[in-house]
Amino acid sequence: MNIDLTRRGFFGLAGAGAAATTLGALGFGAAEAAEAVNVRAFKLTSMTETRNICTYCSVACGIILYSKGDLAASETAELIHVEGDADHPTNRGTLCPKGSALKGFVRSETRATKPRYRAPGGTEWQDITWDAAFDKIARALKDDRDANFIAKNDQGQVVNRWLTAGFLAASGGSNETGWLTYKTVRSMGILPFDNQARV
Amino acid sequence: MTDRAPQPTTAAANPPVQPLASNLLPSDVVRASAMPHITAPDRQLTKVAKLIDVSKCIGCKACQSACAEWNDTSPEIGENVGLYENPADLSSEMFTLMRYAEYENPATNELEWLIRKEGCMHCEDPGCLRACPAPGAIVQYSNGIVDFIHENCIGCGYCVTGCPFDVPRISPVKHVSTKCTLCSDRVAMGQGPACAKACPTQAITFGTKEAMIAHAEERIEDLKSRGYENAGLYDPQGVGGTHVMYVLHHADQPSLYSGLPDDPQIAPIVEDWKGPAKKVGLAAIGLAAVGAALHGIFARPLKVEPEDEEDAEGLVEAAERRAREDRA
Repeated sequence: MNIDLTRRGFFGLAGAGAAATTLGALGFGAAEAAEAVNVRAFKLTSMTETRNICTYCSVACGIILYSKGDLAASETAELIHVEGDADHPTNRGTLCPKGSALKGFVRSETRATKPRYRAPGGTEWQDITWDAAFDKIARALKDDRDANFIAKNDQGQVVNRWLTAGFLAASGGSNETGWLTYKTVRSMGILPFDNQARV
Repeated sequence: MTDRAPQPTTAAANPPVQPLASNLLPSDVVRASAMPHITAPDRQLTKVAKLIDVSKCIGCKACQSACAEWNDTSPEIGENVGLYENPADLSSEMFTLMRYAEYENPATNELEWLIRKEGCMHCEDPGCLRACPAPGAIVQYSNGIVDFIHENCIGCGYCVTGCPFDVPRISPVKHVSTKCTLCSDRVAMGQGPACAKACPTQAITFGTKEAMIAHAEERIEDLKSRGYENAGLYDPQGVGGTHVMYVLHHADQPSLYSGLPDDPQIAPIVEDWKGPAKKVGLAAIGLAAVGAALHGIFARPLKVEPEDEEDAEGLVEAAERRAREDRA
């Protein structure tokens, strides 16, 4: 766009502009109106709350996951925020630095979200189904137990030991989960049994 | 009609997800930068405060994690510069920072690890707000929270100079000033700040200022009974008191805690710049304008009178005569 403006006209306009802003600064006329003051919009409104247990350590702090979109209503859910559950007797809402940063853990690009398999000596991971993963684990356990199970010791006493396999359980589970895990593992005769609380 | 959120009394609560009307309104602003005439609010909110008991702090940085999580900031993965601090300094992506000081106490000959959570102190008389030239970029609510309104910020950095605690940081990306908001968005919904909720040892607590002072007194009494004779509350009166207070074991020497100012004051240059210097400058501009106008009205272009023409002719002739004589 061309503006037809003489040199004299240009100086005139510039001068008028400077005069107007100067008058403004001197207090004539209202100062430019400021944007309405408002605090940041509250980001949890209408979120879905899901109670859960922190995955990290054996303290097993209660957490609340706040997500947008309701899975129960067949929507896609996106995790927006995680914070401690003030109603949980373990932590009463508090969290450690790792727990406070759980959102980053959940949304991490490198997080394992599906079962994968790497063959002995292999270098590549391949995706497998949960069914295939459970079958593989069950097969390996059964073969190992059949080969190495000790029913009686040297003195002929019944011991029912299986010493060549170990089990690493989750320390963050509830009492009920712990009871079930313990019964499952011990009923197979596994002795090496631990959880990440001692890691 | 949605209900209005309650006033906050504690950080140990689960935030609501049902729609609630905010309880921290534009009409609750008592002071705004570069806007001297604010309509007085029709109500007075209860003053709130965050109390940081450094004697209970274990330096775990949960407050930093919770702060970044709630405020959706993402501090860059930095480099280890040989400090416990991580990141090394406050930034526009890290509103609060654990500062670690090692102090050899000459009285006991023991090493003390003094850990302080640094961040905005939410002064009753905020130096940043006084220094700020952008209308409405920094506001103070009647509950004591000092908040930055990014839409009005021009990124000049005067608030950084004005702050006695060296807290605000200018975002190199958005070119606006940033700092802890005391989670004003949570407070507006009746909640406490994210750091206070997360703190595993409850070294950070939140509530009404009155309740926090009472809590601090209990803590100080306890610390004194354990041999910290100089334990006390840090609520510096040089800035009118603060809405983030510390319980210190060495309240007689706040500077031990990574340079916490012993007696913070708003720099006199801020007052001079915004007060007398501004008035003098504006007066000079006004006088210049008045002078220019008077000059335009009274001064007239120079007139050439017939005598001037005669004089000029005489001068020209004399010059020509001299030139001829020189050539001859």
